[in-house]
Amino acid sequence: MTTTSPRTKTPARNTTSAVGDKVFKGMSWTGGVIILVVLAFVALFLLTRSLPAIAPDTFGPGADQAIDFWGYVWPLMAGTVIVSAIALLLATPVAMGVSLFISHYAPRRFANTIGYVIDLLAAIPSVVYGAWGMLVIAPLMVPIYQWLHDNLGFIPLFAGDPSTTGRTILTSGVVLAVMVLPIMTALCREIFLQVPHLQEEAALGLGATRWEMIKMTVFPFARAGIISSIMLALGRALGETMAVTMVLSPGGFSWSLITSGANATIPSEIALNFPEAFGQRQAELIAAGLMLFVITLIVNVIARAIVNSHAKKAEGLS
Amino acid sequence: MSSQIHSRTKPKTPVQPPQGPDGEKKPEEMTPKNKTSRLDSLTANRKPSWTWVAAAAGSIVVAAIVTALLFESFSIVGFVLIAGLLYIVSMYVTSRVLENRLKATDEFWRHLIWTAFIIALVPLISVIWSVVSQGLPTLLANPGLLTTDMKGVVGADDIATQTEGAPLQGGILHGLIGTVAITVLASVISIPVGLFASIYLVEYANRNAFSRAIRFFVDVMTGIPSIVAGLFAFAGLSLLIELVVGTSPQALQSVKTGFAAALALSVLMIPVVVRSTEEMLEVVSDELREASYALGVRKWRTIMKVVLPTAMSGIASGVTLAIARVTGETAPILVTAGYAATTNWNPFSEWMTALPVFIYRQLVNPTAPAAGDPSMARAWAGALVLIVIVMGLNLAARVIAKNFAPKTGK
Repeated sequence: MTTTSPRTKTPARNTTSAVGDKVFKGMSWTGGVIILVVLAFVALFLLTRSLPAIAPDTFGPGADQAIDFWGYVWPLMAGTVIVSAIALLLATPVAMGVSLFISHYAPRRFANTIGYVIDLLAAIPSVVYGAWGMLVIAPLMVPIYQWLHDNLGFIPLFAGDPSTTGRTILTSGVVLAVMVLPIMTALCREIFLQVPHLQEEAALGLGATRWEMIKMTVFPFARAGIISSIMLALGRALGETMAVTMVLSPGGFSWSLITSGANATIPSEIALNFPEAFGQRQAELIAAGLMLFVITLIVNVIARAIVNSHAKKAEGLS
Repeated sequence: MSSQIHSRTKPKTPVQPPQGPDGEKKPEEMTPKNKTSRLDSLTANRKPSWTWVAAAAGSIVVAAIVTALLFESFSIVGFVLIAGLLYIVSMYVTSRVLENRLKATDEFWRHLIWTAFIIALVPLISVIWSVVSQGLPTLLANPGLLTTDMKGVVGADDIATQTEGAPLQGGILHGLIGTVAITVLASVISIPVGLFASIYLVEYANRNAFSRAIRFFVDVMTGIPSIVAGLFAFAGLSLLIELVVGTSPQALQSVKTGFAAALALSVLMIPVVVRSTEEMLEVVSDELREASYALGVRKWRTIMKVVLPTAMSGIASGVTLAIARVTGETAPILVTAGYAATTNWNPFSEWMTALPVFIYRQLVNPTAPAAGDPSMARAWAGALVLIVIVMGLNLAARVIAKNFAPKTGK
């Protein structure tokens, strides 16, 4: 980070060059300003456009002509949170395992290649995951849902009619889990590789098995990093659109995870309805998008705060 | 593979297999005890090296029997799951009985971590296999897909294809052109902004409040959901058009263009460009800059002629990755660019279709609702082309980063 310190001032030699310096600095500064302006505009435009839906009395057509926005948006928010929670529950243990595998278990020669292969998963476009989830995974899940319903139907999560198409919120969660897996793996792997080697070797030298070494040195060091990578993956899962849109057959809120035509998420609701929407409906959908923006903003800010405090700690250690 | 793991976990063990050639050469006095032989004392509390073979064979046999009894039809997935579970449990138990608790636990976690890795590979192989196996035959049988658009293709054509075996009509050309146009436009907007912003951050800003704010908001931008970026571009442009042109339906209709999509993609692309460029500029060593200043070169000339060329490979690879990321985006284009069946070369007017949106539409609203197969074939072929493009860009980024590595002078 020392390279960010100001560069040595160069003496002015001729005026044309001095002008060049000023222009170049001005352009660089403008680049920075544009970023701030764009982000301000994102918030501003979304807010302006969603006011008719959030406060119909003041800005919209009046309360009698508008739907109850909060009543409309809370099932969508609940659905978004549920599907992301499923994805994280499924992806976190696997991502931990894969990153430990790459950092501590895989044969050295293959570790980089494996890391690259996992990174490729992240490069696959979401619409392809959506198609895969819709046409390959959903049919596979049907017998599992039937079994869950028959054997665990007393739990509200598995109550209700099991889906015959497999296009449920649980299937969406599975596809999302596959999508956030590479992100989480990449972040965790970085952190696991940063663990001080002396600590690891000290543990091994004291006779610890490899697993004990990981428990004693890797996990305590990486705890903050693991939490923040989960949060960043959560941010990604909350905003993921296509996989859910294509897999889920949406409906109102339901506790059942195995029923088709139940639950919906904010991004899928927008993607399904926005292309045909106009007027007040458009305002409602943009307002829903604003809610999503706020949720992901909070999640990401928390994650970044953890990362930054961790980075300071890591700098102090090395 | 398993034998390799086995030997890797005990790299420093002095134990030789009981029949090993070294066993005989070593002097007998080394044995501490009289009653047990030397080999026995060293191999005590250690399971024989062939345990895993026995456990694997046993698990496979038992799993085969259980699967055959449990399911009416032989399920390969059930078989693999049961065999894997049995193997891990039996290895734990043998280790627990023959060795000790610590070694058994270690073994157990090692197996779980290998399992996690195998589980992670399954979806990757499955995704790639689905796309290639469904897309490649279509593409090979109908190379015309790449050179035609959906102009004039109606449901009747698809019904004829599905029921009478008529050749597949239509194609993905308009999607390809749309994707290229939108991506190029987004790059033209984002790359200069991203480059200059990161030059400001690294070369000019003295970690002041302004640069800290930019860094923070770049992080925030990285987390913007792609669909929100789409809504932003739409909301912004529609506000602009309402103010300038008016609120007539035609004016509101004209918001949806390739340009709006490019604007949305820029919001997603700028933070990626800034992040990677910033990282690369930080790598350039200060000695290079100072040498340039010492020769009397101006700061901006130093940046243009010394800093940027040094970091060029990293920047190029980062930019390529950013392009790859936005090429595959669907949601922001879906809400900003509309959907057209014909080729549109002009991103500033009329609706425009991008390849991901085309795939989505073909799958969700087939051209002929009663005969979805031709639409599905086109979608899988499109998905294959899209994956090839995105993976190609990723590989290109790798090659650039590797072959033109930063010349840091160290």
